[in-house]
Amino acid sequence: MKSSIRDVGDVRIIELSGKITIGAGDVKIRELIGEAIEDGKQDVILDLGGVTAIDSSGIGEMVACYTTVTKRGGQLKLMHLSPKITDILQVTQLITVFDVFDDEREAIGSF
Amino acid sequence: MQANNKLTASLVMASRFENIEVAERTLLDLCGRAGCKADEEYWLLTALREALANAVRHGNRQNPDQVVRVFLTIENSTATIRVEDEGDGFEPANVPDPTTPENLLRPSGRGIFYMRQFMNRVEFGPTPTGGTAVVMARDLDQPDSGRS
Repeated sequence: MKSSIRDVGDVRIIELSGKITIGAGDVKIRELIGEAIEDGKQDVILDLGGVTAIDSSGIGEMVACYTTVTKRGGQLKLMHLSPKITDILQVTQLITVFDVFDDEREAIGSF
Repeated sequence: MQANNKLTASLVMASRFENIEVAERTLLDLCGRAGCKADEEYWLLTALREALANAVRHGNRQNPDQVVRVFLTIENSTATIRVEDEGDGFEPANVPDPTTPENLLRPSGRGIFYMRQFMNRVEFGPTPTGGTAVVMARDLDQPDSGRS
């Protein structure tokens, strides 16, 4: 998995690409969220536009990060989900947990 | 590999997460030969990944001295994946439903659920040595020569 980060105002945008799977990308997400918190960024958008595959460990890590950010008074939102990742979130009803956006400006404006 | 319209592959892997990709590439090769559609390929890979992750992490507890056996078959428009570990066995009925409100935010426990969602049949049973074997099958659309 590859990642890049940028800030738009107070919002940290984390762009992810490749596979978010056990033993690889799942731990990396946790580290990126930890960095955002250390940098004082409470509101985070995970841009999954470049993600080709995700497994239950990757999904679980996203859920754990959602909990971590929420407990600190921030919000974690998702952007640019592929149809398959949308399916994966829908079958476990996690699509009802995360705010999901296709448009970056709309996502940033939602905080 | 191809004989009488039946495609098979088998692997014996040390219990390391990085070996999951080796099995993925093998399944991809079979799917390519069988003319599986891109969607089917994606969900087969997803189910395989979950079964292997369970075998390595929960079954063999990441002990590289214990192996995971993988058997892949595509025959008569059905893809079958069998994954065996050398662990102590487990009871799938004890795995809680990850979609209930109290479990929705749990960081783990979705792997078997995904396998059941994306495959038509999923069965767990013991191996002769006391480990766990999971057999998953997915009915394929009529194979074609291209990807959708």
